[in-house]
Amino acid sequence: MSTNSIQLAHGGGGLEMNKLIRNLFFKAFDNCILRNEEDAALLNLQGPTAFTTDSFTVSPLFFAGGDIGKLAIAGTVNDLAMMGAEPQYLSLGVIIEEGFPMASLEAIVASMASELKKCGAKIVCGDTKVVPKGCADGLFLNTTGVGRIVKPGLSAKNLRAGDAILVSGDIGRHGAAILMAREGLELESGLESDCATLWSSVEQLLVHPFDIHAMRDATRGGLAAVLNEWAAASDVMIEVDEAAVPVSDEVKGLCELYGFEATDLANEGTFVMALPAAQAEGALEVLKRFGHCEHAAIIGRVGESPAGRVILHTPWGSNRYLDLPAGELLPRIC
Amino acid sequence: MTEPATGEMNSSLKLKSLYEGFRDADTIRALAARIGNEAKKLSAPLYIMEVCGGHTHTIMKYGLLGLIPDNVKFIHGPGCPVCVMPKERIDQAIALANMDDVILLTLGDMIRVPGSKGSLAQARANGADVRPLYDPLDALAIAKDNPNKTVVFFAIGFETSTPMTAVLLREAERAALPNLMFHINHVLVPPAIDAVMAEPATKVNAFIGPAHVSVISGAKIYRRAAEAHHTPVVVSGFEPVDVMESILRLVELKNHAESVVEVQYSRAVSEQGNLTAQALVDEYFEVRDSFRWRGLGPIPQSALKLRDKYAHRDAEIHFGDRLPVQEIDDHKACQCGDILRGLANPMDCKVFGRGCTPQTPLGSCMVSSEGACNAYYRYHGVQHVD
Repeated sequence: MSTNSIQLAHGGGGLEMNKLIRNLFFKAFDNCILRNEEDAALLNLQGPTAFTTDSFTVSPLFFAGGDIGKLAIAGTVNDLAMMGAEPQYLSLGVIIEEGFPMASLEAIVASMASELKKCGAKIVCGDTKVVPKGCADGLFLNTTGVGRIVKPGLSAKNLRAGDAILVSGDIGRHGAAILMAREGLELESGLESDCATLWSSVEQLLVHPFDIHAMRDATRGGLAAVLNEWAAASDVMIEVDEAAVPVSDEVKGLCELYGFEATDLANEGTFVMALPAAQAEGALEVLKRFGHCEHAAIIGRVGESPAGRVILHTPWGSNRYLDLPAGELLPRIC
Repeated sequence: MTEPATGEMNSSLKLKSLYEGFRDADTIRALAARIGNEAKKLSAPLYIMEVCGGHTHTIMKYGLLGLIPDNVKFIHGPGCPVCVMPKERIDQAIALANMDDVILLTLGDMIRVPGSKGSLAQARANGADVRPLYDPLDALAIAKDNPNKTVVFFAIGFETSTPMTAVLLREAERAALPNLMFHINHVLVPPAIDAVMAEPATKVNAFIGPAHVSVISGAKIYRRAAEAHHTPVVVSGFEPVDVMESILRLVELKNHAESVVEVQYSRAVSEQGNLTAQALVDEYFEVRDSFRWRGLGPIPQSALKLRDKYAHRDAEIHFGDRLPVQEIDDHKACQCGDILRGLANPMDCKVFGRGCTPQTPLGSCMVSSEGACNAYYRYHGVQHVD
């Protein structure tokens, strides 16, 4: 039997599956809970706990700055971090299409292990399924995570008039990198996804006594989606200075070419934060000095009216609404 | 010729050059002040039609309306290829997509536009093989990879997009790909301008000309319209500085009673345009007797079709007996027709933001990011009312 690619037997529950799990997954994610091989992981959770799950179906599986494995760890770890929780334990569900290259699977698993080390979380249980050729697009991953709440009370409902809005980095790079990889564009070098775990940056913020009201990673839907969701959930108005929003030249250029807006594009390692304006400069300094967020910026503030709306102020003095992105991201026609 | 598609662009292209300098805040403010001063001299309001949806989008996206004095008004024209596509043509695309062993390809927003019984996106969800393309030339690989299927390119767009379809057709011929066919819906700007101006109630007395069209066709295509309708035309780029500069020129031209064509987008537009592209289009296409536009009705000599020599690639001929032909008008409550004719503003429409939103569009102007209603909904801001 070929060992260069995944066969249906790798999901059959027998010898091949056993070998795959031991030689690949256990080796990469080695820890004592996983090694126990019980029907369920036995955990010792204390105090308030955050719990989240996410499935990953990105195409292509490898892109500039990351791959589906890095994404699967970063995505779930970041969801925990955004609730002020230290990521502790993760599960991993893997659905592999028959014929999937073994080398690609190994590279993805290695990438996951490397990303796990950056946040200290462990994969403690998992599941592997192999489906016949044509029943999946290569590889699907699901990660579920639990984390200890370090900073309680963070919520999309907590924004208050007088808060400042910060972003931890330049926006739109993940969406742009995926688009470039998908369309085989080679326009400018240097455009990479921002895909990364955010816990180490968030941890730096949480050791300081900032009164953070909300944090959210700006994934699908981008910055525009986060701000609109917050404005609706907290019944406030959010205003953004367009010139203050950090966007790389590469992302700006790609948006020009396709008619997209950077505020609509996905991020996988950039988060948005709201806290009282008086603390904004301090939080910005912490992010820049200790959180590896050199492009972090204060981009706007929270007001009262019109509640539920996000207003963008252009550099030349006009205003417009920043609306929720909708539908598929499709390029303009002319 | 102009690069036909993004996939063929030089890898060393610096994307920054596409926008740098054309969004300078000081320049935009200075132009706004000059427009304000110049507009005080207008003897009557200036009604500028921006023919192209791309300009509508620029005006709304960059909040330019807020910088323009009250006596300079904008009327949004019929230059959005999605907006002007009549329902029966979309029904034909859906009928093609639903045939066994057919793959239907099209560009961008077209998959969201409602026909009489849903959109191509809905047909795709129901199992039809509908694929949006970023680059029309991707159709070649799809046709090669699916030799047992007929791949139909649902071709749309104005003069800007037609050369891309011509290149695709040329490459299909060169590669002797038997299974790549075309459903042609390419339309022309000048006849649409004439149709707008033929409306007795029109207020339009100046035009911002679509620059992308003129990159191909040249500024010359507007000369006759400027003279015939006594209106100044400024062919404009799509960046905020471009549009503001063009508005200023139109106000100045009106104050001097000059009905001439000027080119603001001189970095890409010449009088004659891209002659190579024009020759390529001429090789494969000829003008149709008439084409029905959504909202505007039939306009003579306003669209293209394949020349007889290429009838073997014409999906309208090949599948003709299986394509619906019934002409279907928009929903009664929808005012897209008036908006496309310049007789109504998106916010005049009773269903705007209520029954008609980008997620549930009743009319085509709400579908495309180039559409006037979509631009107003996204940027001008109206609370959604359930």
